[in-house]
Amino acid sequence: MIRHLRPALVTVLILSALFGLVLPTAITGAALFLFPHQAGGSLVQLGGRVIGSGVIGQTFASPGYFHPRPSAAGAGYDPLASGGTNLGPTNAKLLRGRHRDHAGGAPDPGDFDGIGDLAASYRAENQLAATDLAPADAVTRSASGLDPHISPRNAILQAARIARARRVSVASVRDIIDQNTEGRQWGIFGQPRVNVLRANLALDGMGSGQATAHPTGTGR
Amino acid sequence: MTGHGILEIVLFCLTVTALTKPLGVYMHRVFEGQPTALSRAIGPVERVIYRLLGVRESDDMRWTQYSFALLAFSAVGMLLTYVLLRLQGALPLNPRGFGGGQMPPDLAFGTAASFATNTNWQSYVPEASVSTLSNMLALTVQNWTSAAAGMAVAVAVCRGFARHGSAGIGNFWVDLIRACLYILLPICIPYALFLVWQGVPQTFAAPVVAAGLDGSRQTLLTGPVASQEAIKMLGTNGGGFFNANSAHPFENPTPLTNFVQIVSIFAIPAALTCTFGRMVGNPRQGWAIFGAMAALFLCGLAVCYQAETAGVPAVRDIRVAAFEDDAPGAGNMEGKEVRFGIAPSALFATVTTAASCGAVNSMHDSYTPLGGMVALLNILCDETVFGGVGAGLFGMLMYAIVAVFIAGLMVGRTPEYLGKKIGKYEVRMAILALLILFATAASWTALACTMPIPPSAAALNRVNGSSPALDLGGASNNVGNPGAHGFSELLYAYASQTGNNGSAFAGLTANTPYYNLTGGIAMLVGRFLMIIPLLAMSGSLARKQPTPASAGSLATDTPTFAFLLAGVVLVVGALEYFPALALGPIAENLQMLARQAF
Repeated sequence: MIRHLRPALVTVLILSALFGLVLPTAITGAALFLFPHQAGGSLVQLGGRVIGSGVIGQTFASPGYFHPRPSAAGAGYDPLASGGTNLGPTNAKLLRGRHRDHAGGAPDPGDFDGIGDLAASYRAENQLAATDLAPADAVTRSASGLDPHISPRNAILQAARIARARRVSVASVRDIIDQNTEGRQWGIFGQPRVNVLRANLALDGMGSGQATAHPTGTGR
Repeated sequence: MTGHGILEIVLFCLTVTALTKPLGVYMHRVFEGQPTALSRAIGPVERVIYRLLGVRESDDMRWTQYSFALLAFSAVGMLLTYVLLRLQGALPLNPRGFGGGQMPPDLAFGTAASFATNTNWQSYVPEASVSTLSNMLALTVQNWTSAAAGMAVAVAVCRGFARHGSAGIGNFWVDLIRACLYILLPICIPYALFLVWQGVPQTFAAPVVAAGLDGSRQTLLTGPVASQEAIKMLGTNGGGFFNANSAHPFENPTPLTNFVQIVSIFAIPAALTCTFGRMVGNPRQGWAIFGAMAALFLCGLAVCYQAETAGVPAVRDIRVAAFEDDAPGAGNMEGKEVRFGIAPSALFATVTTAASCGAVNSMHDSYTPLGGMVALLNILCDETVFGGVGAGLFGMLMYAIVAVFIAGLMVGRTPEYLGKKIGKYEVRMAILALLILFATAASWTALACTMPIPPSAAALNRVNGSSPALDLGGASNNVGNPGAHGFSELLYAYASQTGNNGSAFAGLTANTPYYNLTGGIAMLVGRFLMIIPLLAMSGSLARKQPTPASAGSLATDTPTFAFLLAGVVLVVGALEYFPALALGPIAENLQMLARQAF
C-alpha cells in the first residue's frame, strides 16, 4: 500500500489542478467569448436594470400578468432554494392541503395549498366553472421550483383575466400567447410551452409599440 | 403515452445503439495502448504524467496491487475533498461566504465519501452549503477521477477473461490516466460549450440581484456550471451544482440539453459492452450483454412511462387535465418541468437509475408508486442495466458468472464463461459481492426504520444548520411522507447510497449526523467491497488457461444467454428485495388506486 502512495498523491494533485482549475477556467474563457449572454445566466434587462433571467421563472401575482406555476422553492421562485415538494401521491397534504390564515390574518406557517385547493383558486381567479378541467401544470409544483414555462392551454385559460385587468381585447392577449409559444425543440424534443417572463414583457410592451427586452440567444 | 413521447424514446435508443460500436472500439484501442487519432496531441502529456508518477506503462499489476492502488488513490482523493470542504471558509472563490458551519464534519465526511465513490448523494442544499471553489476543486475533480477509476476497474475485470495464464490484470495508473485524457476529456470540452450555448451559465461573476417585473426580488446564483454539468452526466456522477439538479433551468435549460444529457449517461456504459466483446476477442459476447441490459431497460421504461402517464386517480377526481395536448389521461406533473413533460422525465428517471448516475430532471419522490418503483428496482438490481461508467459492466459480469453457474447446475456440467472454467472461487467472489450489497442496503434500511437513537443522544439526528435546533428521531425517521411511501424513502436512500447511485426520494431529511455517517459507510462499502471481490475473481480468471469449447459448452454469445442473464438479474435482484418492495411501492400503489391518503 505504501508504495502506491506516491503515485496516488501525485495523480490526485495533477488531476485536481487540471480538472479543478485549468479546465473550468479555460471553458469559462471560451464560453464568455462564444456565448457571453448565456454564460452570464441569460440575464434580461429592462431600462438598464436586471429584471431576471430568461431561463428562470419568477413570481407574478398581479391579475394583469400571466401567472407561473406554483413553486416550492423557498417562499416561491427563490433561486437560492431550488426544489420540489417531494410529496407523494398518497400524501393527504399534497392532495387535500388547505390554505389557512391565523386569526390575525397572517399566513399559518403549517399551511399548504394542496392540489385541490390550487385548482379551486385557479378556477376562481380565471372565472372557470367547477366542472372545467384545470391544466395539470397550473396546480402542481415543478421539480426545480423555478420552472420558467407554463403550458399553452394554461396561458389561454388566463387570457380573459389578463384582458379584463389590462382593458384590452382577449384576442390581443391570445396574439401574445401565439407569438410566445415555443414549439417542441427541433419539432421533436420536449413540450410546447410559453415562457412566462417573456410573455409578460410582451404584455407590458403592448400598445406602447416599444421593443421589449426579449431574452436573446437562448439557442433556438 | 403519446406519439411524440414514444418518438423521443425511440430516437434515444437509436442514438445510444449507434454510439456503442464506434465509442466501444475507440475505448478498446485506448485501453490496449494502441495509437488513436488523439495520440499525437495527448501522448506527450500522458508520458510526462507517468514520469511524474514514477510508473512505467508496461508494468503489470496483480489483482492485489491493482486493488491497493485503487484504494490508495480513492483514500487520498477522499481526504483532499474532506479537507477542502472543511476549509472552504478560508479559501477563495466563495461569493456567499460559506464556511465550516455549512459543512460540519459529518456532512463533509458523507459528501467526500459520496463523491469519491461516484455516488454523489447530496444530503445538503448545494446553493446554501458549498462555495464555487468547493464545487470546482473538491467535487468536480472527484467526478472525473471516480468515473475514470470505475472504467479502469471494468477494464481490469475484462482482462481477467481475456488473458490466459497471466499473473497481472493491467496497470491501474495507466488505465486511470488514459480514461481521463483520452475518453472523458475530449468529450467534455465540446459538451460543456454545447450546454453554455443552450443556456447553462459558465462564469465566475458574483450573484446578481434581479428586481422582478411584478415586484419580486431574486438572487440569481450562477457559477462555472457547464464544466461541472458535462462530467456530472458523462461520468454517471449526478451531483448537481444546484439542489434541483438537472431539473434546474440553469443545469438543463432546454428539451435538447435534456436529450443530450440522457444520452450522455448511457453512452460510455453501453459502449463498454462493445469494448468487452473486443477484449475477449468475440464482439458477439459484448452484444449479448448489451441485449440483456437493453431488454431490462425497456421493460422498466415501459412501466415507468405508463405509470406516470396514467397519473394519480385522486388528482383526476379534482378534474385536473393532462397538459400534454395529445394525451387524454391525467399525467402526473407534480415535481416535473413543463419544458420536458412526461415522456422525457420518465426516460430520464429510468436511465439515471439504471446507470448509477443519480442526476434527476424530476422529483422521484413525487412519482406514482409504480413509476418510483422502477427507479428503485433499477438501483436494487445493482445498477447493471448499462450501469455506471465501468461499474455497470463489472456488475453485469458478476451476474454473468452467477448465470453460467445456475445454467451449469441445471444441465449438470462444469460452468464455463468465455472459455474459462468457473470454479468455486469465482462463484464465491461473485456471490460475496452480491450479498454485501444486499446486506448493506437492507440492514441500514431496517435500522433506520427503528431509529435506535435514545433521547440523550438526540443531537445525533439534529438537522445540520437548523436554527432553532431541530432534533428528529424515532417518531418520524426523518421521512417527508407518511405511510408506505415513507418506508420507500428510507429503502431508496440506502439502496441508492449502497448502489452508488445518488438519486433520492428527497423528502427524507438526510442532513443529520446519523444519516450522513451511516450513508457514508454504506457508500464506501457498496463501492469497494463490491470491487475487491470482483478484482479477486478477475485475478483468478487471468491465471487460468482456456478450455476448448465442446459440444456441451453453453454458448454465451446468443440471444438465449442474454435472456437467461436478464432473468437472473431479475430473479436475484428483484426477489431479494420483494418483501421490501411489497411494504413500500406495491402497498402504496394499492392505496393510491383505492384513493386513500394519509
